[in-house]
Amino acid sequence: MRDDVKPLLEIRDLVLEATSYPPGEPPKTVTLVQGVSVSVEKGKVLGLIGESGAGKSTIGLSSMAYGRGGVRITGGQVVVNGRDILKIGPGGLRKLRGKEVTYVAQSAAASFNPAKPLMEQVIETTLISGQMTKAQAEARAVDLFRQLGLPNPETIGKRFPHQVSGGQLQRVMTAMALCPKPDLVIFDEPTTALDVTTQIDVLAAIKRAIHETGVAALYITHDLAVVAQVADDIMVLRHGKTVEYGSVQQVIEEPREDYTRALVSVRSIDHAEKADAPALLSIRNVTARYKGTSFDVLKNVTVEVPAGQTLAIVGESGSGKSTLARVITGLLPASQGRITFDGRDLSSDLAGRSRDDLRELQMIYQMADVAMNPRQTVETIIGRPLEFYFGLQGEAKRKRVQELLDQIEMGRGFADRYPAELSGGQKQRVCIARALAAKPKLIICDEVTSALDPLVADGTLKLLLNLQAEEGVAYLFITHDLATVRAIADRIAVMFKGQVQRYGTKSDVLAPPFDAYTDLLLSSVPEMKLGWLEQVLETRRMEAAGN
Amino acid sequence: MIRLPLSALIGLSFTTAYFAAALFAPLIAPYGMAEIVGESWEPSSSQFWLGTDSIGRDLLSRMIWGGRTTIFVATCATILSFGLGSILGFIAAVRGGWVDQVLSRLVDLMMSIPSLISALVVLSVMPVTLPILILVMGILDSTRVFRLARAVAVDIAVMDYVEAARLRGEKQTWIIFREILPNALSPLVAEMGLRFIFAVLFISTLSFLGLGVQPPMADWGGIVKENKEGIVYGIPAALIPAFAIATLAISVNLVADWVLNRTSSLKGGRGA
Repeated sequence: MRDDVKPLLEIRDLVLEATSYPPGEPPKTVTLVQGVSVSVEKGKVLGLIGESGAGKSTIGLSSMAYGRGGVRITGGQVVVNGRDILKIGPGGLRKLRGKEVTYVAQSAAASFNPAKPLMEQVIETTLISGQMTKAQAEARAVDLFRQLGLPNPETIGKRFPHQVSGGQLQRVMTAMALCPKPDLVIFDEPTTALDVTTQIDVLAAIKRAIHETGVAALYITHDLAVVAQVADDIMVLRHGKTVEYGSVQQVIEEPREDYTRALVSVRSIDHAEKADAPALLSIRNVTARYKGTSFDVLKNVTVEVPAGQTLAIVGESGSGKSTLARVITGLLPASQGRITFDGRDLSSDLAGRSRDDLRELQMIYQMADVAMNPRQTVETIIGRPLEFYFGLQGEAKRKRVQELLDQIEMGRGFADRYPAELSGGQKQRVCIARALAAKPKLIICDEVTSALDPLVADGTLKLLLNLQAEEGVAYLFITHDLATVRAIADRIAVMFKGQVQRYGTKSDVLAPPFDAYTDLLLSSVPEMKLGWLEQVLETRRMEAAGN
Repeated sequence: MIRLPLSALIGLSFTTAYFAAALFAPLIAPYGMAEIVGESWEPSSSQFWLGTDSIGRDLLSRMIWGGRTTIFVATCATILSFGLGSILGFIAAVRGGWVDQVLSRLVDLMMSIPSLISALVVLSVMPVTLPILILVMGILDSTRVFRLARAVAVDIAVMDYVEAARLRGEKQTWIIFREILPNALSPLVAEMGLRFIFAVLFISTLSFLGLGVQPPMADWGGIVKENKEGIVYGIPAALIPAFAIATLAISVNLVADWVLNRTSSLKGGRGA
């Protein structure tokens, strides 16, 4: 920090607390953030990064002196434009929020009022603060729409939130935040809910808008590769404390702390492709549609899962990859096509399958929280398949449950816990154990690492790979994340709009020449290096000019 | 030892008192149920704590015996309506399709007739005995429970853990009793407190109208009916059962609230 420039935002020794109410116990005070200091100069972007529960969003909101859900600011100072906003009272805060400091939320779809057109919502705070007339505000909004690369900037404001895509909505929200000419914008995971191909556009738009308007920004995310593209400085947070704080170059290229190093090197699992094996599951020309619709969600899909290996299904949301899982499990009977499993035909309907069919084909879900009955203990959850398929009871069952818990590296003392008493990663491990308990030949993994923090996701992937080596189980791995695919797949199928776009061994699929869609998908995955975003955009521009 | 909040303590002590009085009525009641022991409408005295009723029976004894009938009928009817309503509701939610349609429309049909009127019609042609009363009240009330149980279960039935159970090949009974019921219990318990009180009011209403518990058996609605003329002369005998119904209603719901608080937080899986 140079001495001559006064920082726009300065947070000193911030302490945030909340009260938690464990049932049956007296309420207790929890410290969420302990002694964090931050400073942002005009026109600079600070990236706040950390896993869930690290306190990054809470710190972001505290720069508007706001505590979400009972969070209290109990210590420190938050100085914006030279005054401590913790002392300016409700009237002062009203002038600050939505004018000097604005906020872009993670889920734009949930943040817009569905009953009002976009323009009305974009200019709302600007009009309230009275700094522009309606016509001026609308003109500025249209300018911003153009800057953010939205289609039809003059007329898009007339549309309603459901009439634009998720990526566009996120950009409209950015325009909303920038419209009152704020000094500081807080971006809270603005691209996390988007597909990679959309994320790159939004990211580029946000970056351009930040530069052109000259605002300062706090960029909150759990993805270090993303923040490396937009931030000038990065603060790494863990358990409400600062782990490392430095320039983006220093943090990415020479991380000082072990934790940061682990974050930087995340998803670099080395997985060698296995030699070809006979097919365990083969799907031939499968077409499927949902009841009561006339639209095929899957069109003529043909893929194979080799025994003991991993087939990764990659695609964006809406590409039909989860539907494929439903067809394989029999929840959605295919309208055409054949599925053979371990040499026998699988009935397309769940009711027509034998107990062995069901046992040998298990599934793990994206949201481990809702994949486990909250009223059952871990022992009941893992023990039920043992009892159901193998008739294990009493001591034999308990022993086997413990073996499985050991296998998922969780050890003693977890058997009589409830799901709510486990962390996100542990929950997913218990789900893995439940699938393993059935001694399956194939496990369908539907986005199993998407809801996990990067380091935890890494550990889960390693566990899955180890289990594959030990048990010889095959995986059908559904994901939108290409880094995960690189880490785990032997074969890859790229899906787009219900069709398999590209299919083959990992080395074939990930080697050029690419078809247009696979190229777009591959090049959109953020890489952990500086200037990656510009590089990709430059390449795309050149290609577009060349065509 | 669990620490009880004050409201639950009050609720529990009143509820326990009422149920104990009902259970041990033969031991507690100073006089017999239909025994005429004094003049009509005597004021309260050391001999008759609450005075006597319109034909000179001890009102306290009548209240205790009447509470026994009222609480017994209401409890049985509530249990019946919950058993029937929640199981059918869960089946409708889990099976869906035509099963759901048939059950739901049938319930709509029953609900479209005011329950008091259907009860009056049925009871005017059937012999009014306690089992029949319980059956009629239980079935009529089960339509409300069905609605609630179905609505709660529909939300639970689409959870991934229910899907996981289906994929495992579990039978419907396991899905209903092991996966759905434990998670639907909290709203059902809350509803149960409320429904019990409605049952008390319902049986009292029926008795007041003369189609419920038949004299000389006592019940709270009947006591109101027998003593309603007294109000004109400033005799509070008819108000005493009303007071009993009100305090029972409040105390049972205080207990239900407490149970709800203890069980509804999924975060502390041990709360239940």
